Amino acid sequence: MAPAILIENLQKSYGKVVAIQDVSLLVQPGEIFGLLGPNGAGKTTTLRILCTLTTPDAGKVEVSGISVLKYPKLARQKLGYVAQEVALDKILTGIELLQLQAALYHIPTAVAKERINKVLDLLGLQEYANQKTGTYSGGLRKRLDLAAGLLHQPDVLVLDEPTVGLDIESRFVVWDFLRQLRASGTTVVITSHYLEEIDALADQVAIIDSGLVIAAGTPSQLKDQVGGDRITLRIREFSPSEEADKAKYLLEQLPFVQEIIINKAQGNSLNLVVTPQSEALISIQQALNNASLPIFGIAQSRPSLDDVYLAATGRTLMDAELAAIANFDPKAKKQQNMR
Amino acid sequence: MKTEIDWQQLASSSTEVSATPQLSDNFFGELLQETLALTRRLFIQLQRRPSTLVAGIIQPVMWLVLFGALFQNAPQGLFGATTNYGQFLAAGVIVFTAFAGALNAGLPVMFDREFGFLNRLLVAPLASRFSIVFASAIFIISQSLLQAAVIVAAAAFLGAGLPNAVGLGAIALVVFLLALGVTAISLGLAFALPGHIELIAVIFVTNLPLLFASTALAPLSFMPQWLQVIATLNPLSYAIEPIRHLYLHSNWGLGDVVMHAFWGDVTFGTALLVLLGFALVSLLSIQPKLKRSLA
Repeated sequence: MAPAILIENLQKSYGKVVAIQDVSLLVQPGEIFGLLGPNGAGKTTTLRILCTLTTPDAGKVEVSGISVLKYPKLARQKLGYVAQEVALDKILTGIELLQLQAALYHIPTAVAKERINKVLDLLGLQEYANQKTGTYSGGLRKRLDLAAGLLHQPDVLVLDEPTVGLDIESRFVVWDFLRQLRASGTTVVITSHYLEEIDALADQVAIIDSGLVIAAGTPSQLKDQVGGDRITLRIREFSPSEEADKAKYLLEQLPFVQEIIINKAQGNSLNLVVTPQSEALISIQQALNNASLPIFGIAQSRPSLDDVYLAATGRTLMDAELAAIANFDPKAKKQQNMR
Repeated sequence: MKTEIDWQQLASSSTEVSATPQLSDNFFGELLQETLALTRRLFIQLQRRPSTLVAGIIQPVMWLVLFGALFQNAPQGLFGATTNYGQFLAAGVIVFTAFAGALNAGLPVMFDREFGFLNRLLVAPLASRFSIVFASAIFIISQSLLQAAVIVAAAAFLGAGLPNAVGLGAIALVVFLLALGVTAISLGLAFALPGHIELIAVIFVTNLPLLFASTALAPLSFMPQWLQVIATLNPLSYAIEPIRHLYLHSNWGLGDVVMHAFWGDVTFGTALLVLLGFALVSLLSIQPKLKRSLA
C-alpha cells in the first residue's frame, strides 16, 4: 500500500532565504505524524508545498502514491488542509461556508447536505451553524475549519499548528478529535512547536530545524536513542557562575555522570546527563553537601523530546523559538503566505 | 463536542466516494459548480453588506440631479444638439458608474489574498483556478448592468428621455464590454500589487482623472487640444459617446459618427469595436500574471 505521504529531498527558497534545505518524510496510512520544530524551521513551508499552495525548487512529493506536482488536482482531492490561521469569511454563516466548501470539492448537492450535517454533528456545531462566522470564538472557528477540511473525506488531514491560540479545554478536545480520526482510518499530519502535543499525539515524529530533518522515529525510539536520564540542578535560584563551575567540576567526578551543561539562560542551572541510577540524586546531594554547596532544587526525569532536540541541535526548543522571534520578519512572512 | 459519534459510518462512506472516476470527465460541470458557488458567496456578501450597492446607485443619481441642476441654465446648443444637460450627462454618469464599480472589482480578491481565504480556495481541487476570477467578473458585471438600469430609469424620470429597446440593448452591451475590460485590469492589479493599501491608492489615483480626461462631463469641443488628445485615447470616451448618441438621436445607426477625434471621425460601430478590443486586450494582458499567481 502506498505511503500516505512521501516527501523526498524537498528544497525551497524564497529569494535568498532558504526555507527548506533538504527534507524527506514518510507517513504511513492511518497514523498521526508529527512535524516538530521551532517557528521558522520550515514546517509551514513543507505543508504548503504538500497542499499545492506553492511549488518546491526540487524534490518529490506524493500523496497516496499520486505526485502532487504532476497531478495537483487529484492530490487536492485526497488532502484536507487546516491552516494555522483560520481563514473564514465573517459574513457567511457556518453552514454557508460548508456549502461553499462542498461545491469547491465538487460534492453533489444531495450528498453535500448529508455530509454537512454529519460534520456539524461531529464537531458540535449544529447550534452555531446559522450564525455568521464573524461571531465565532477561537475554538469554534477551529472546529468549523476542521469540519470544512473533512467534508470531502480526505485520505490525509493536514493541520498546521492545530492548537495554537486555543484555550486548554479546546486543546484537549482537538487532540481527542484527532485520535478519533486516526481510529476511523484517516491519516493525520500535524506540525507543532509544542512538545507535549507531539508527545501526546504522534505515532511518528520528525524533528525539523532550519530546513533539515534532524531526527525521525517514534517518540520513544528518539528518546531511547538519546539515552540517559536528565537531572536538573539549581544550586541557588540564580547561581553565580563561579559556583556553578565549581559544582560542575565536582559532579563531573561522579562515575555515572556523562555530561554537564550549564544553562546560562536559566540562572546558571546545571543540566546533567546521567546513566540511569537509583542512587543518582542521593550521590549528588552528598557530593554537594561535602563541598558545602546548597541545593535550591533538583529533579530527575527520563529524556524528553526537548532533550532529543537539544542533542541534535545544541540548543533547547525554547531557545530556538526565542531566536526565531528575534529573526521574525512580518513583511516577508506575509508575502510568503499571500498567493 | 460529541465523541460518541458513529465513526464507523464516517469511515465506511469513504469507500463509496473512491468509486468515482479519477480523472474528471466533467470539467464544465465542475467549473460551473465552483463558479456558481463562488459567485453565490459574493452575492451573499452583497446582500448582507448592501452599502456598496446602495452607494453605487445613490451616487450616480446624485450626480445626475446635482450636475443637471448646475448646468440647468446653460445656453441652448452649448452641449450639442440638446436642450437639456441631463440628456448629455446621462451617458457620462452611466459609464462612470460602471467604470468605478469595475475598478473596485479587485478589492475583495485582494482581501482574500491578505487574509488567507484565497488559500482555502487554492487547496481545493478546482476544475480551474480561473473560476475565482470568473466569479468576480460575473458579480461585478451584473452589478454594473443593474446600476446602469437604475441610472437610465432615473435619467428618464429627470427628463432625459429613454432610448428605444435596441438602444437599451446597445447600452447594455457597452456597459458589459467596459465593465469586463476594467474588471480584468482590476483583478490583474489585485494579484500584482502587494496589499490593499497599494490597490486602493491605484484605484484612487485612476478614478477621477480618467473621468475628467473623458467626455463624461463636457464635450470634446470644450477641451483644449492636449486634453482632447487624452480624451480620444480614453476607453471611457468610446463608451460614453455611443450612449450619448442614443440619447440625443432617436434615429440612430451603427454608421453614425459619434465622436470627432483629432485623427478622424469615429462611428458608433467603430466605438463598439474599440470597446471590444479594449476588453480583449485587458483579458489577454492579465493572463500571464494570473497564470503565475494561480497556476
